[in-house]
Amino acid sequence: MSPAPTVGMAIPQREHYCDEVQQMLYNASLWNGHRIHFDMRYATEVEGYPGLVVAGPLMGDWLHQVVDEWLGESGMITGIEYSNRVAAFVGETVTAGGTVTAYNDTTGEVTLDVFVKNDRDEVLAPGVITVQLNLER
Amino acid sequence: MSGLLSEVVLSHIGKQSEPRREIVTRRDIRKYAIATDNRQSKYLDGDVAPPLFHLHLFWDVVPLNELSPDGVSIDSLLPKFPLEKAMAGGLEITYHKPIKPGDWLTATRTLTDIYEKAGRSGPLIFYEVLMEIRDDDHELVVTDNTTRILR
Repeated sequence: MSPAPTVGMAIPQREHYCDEVQQMLYNASLWNGHRIHFDMRYATEVEGYPGLVVAGPLMGDWLHQVVDEWLGESGMITGIEYSNRVAAFVGETVTAGGTVTAYNDTTGEVTLDVFVKNDRDEVLAPGVITVQLNLER
Repeated sequence: MSGLLSEVVLSHIGKQSEPRREIVTRRDIRKYAIATDNRQSKYLDGDVAPPLFHLHLFWDVVPLNELSPDGVSIDSLLPKFPLEKAMAGGLEITYHKPIKPGDWLTATRTLTDIYEKAGRSGPLIFYEVLMEIRDDDHELVVTDNTTRILR
C-alpha cells in the first residue's frame, strides 16, 4: 500500500462489468436460486425489473475488494457496515471506490467511506470499512 | 405505530437456529474468489478466504422442493410477517480472524430484533439476524449482523 493513508485521500477505483456468466457462477457458489438473477422472463415480466438483477452481496464483496486491493499485505479489513440501496443489472459496468475518513498512526486503524456506483453516478451500495494496518516493529 | 406486529410475531425475537458446522476447502475459496472477480493470488489460489466468504460457507443448502416458486429458500428462523415484499437491507460485519482451508467453522444465527417504522409510502417491518461464526476453539471468527426491511 502506498502512499501512507491521509484523511481525504481517495483510493484507486475498480470497475466491474456485470456479466451473465459471472452472475451465474456467483449465485451458484452461494446456492442462491433466486430467479431475478438468471430468469429474464421472471425478472422482467413478474417482478418488473428492467433486466437481470446483480446479487446484492456481490456489490458488498466489491466494496471489500477495492479496499483489500489497496491494502495488499499491509493490513486486514476488520469490519464493514454497508447497505444495498439501488439495484444493478447485468450488462452494466459499476465502479467501486473509497476515501479515507480517519487514520490513527499510533494504532494503525484506518476508516474509509466506500461506495459502488453505476455509470449515472447513482450510489448503489454505500458503506464504511475499518482496517487494521500492520504496525512496524 | 400502526401495530402490524402481533405478540405471536414478536415472540420470535431471540429464536436461535441449530448451529451449523462446515469445513473450509481450498476449492470452495477458489470458486468464490473467481466468481467475485477477485484478482489477488492468495484468494485465487485458495490460501486464505477473502472477506465475505462466510456468506458462501453458510448460505442455506436446501433441496429444490423446499425453494419457493421464485427460487428463494425460506428462512426457518423467521415468523410469517404481515408484509412480505423484501427491500434492500444492510450488513454490519466484524472480522476477528482469517479463514483458511481446513478450518471447521460453526455458525449460529439468532433473530435479535423485529420492529416497525413508518416509511414514506406505508409501514415497514425491520428484522435483524445476528450470525456468530466460531472455530473449534470457540473463538469468534466473524460476526455478521444483517438487517432486512419488508414493505
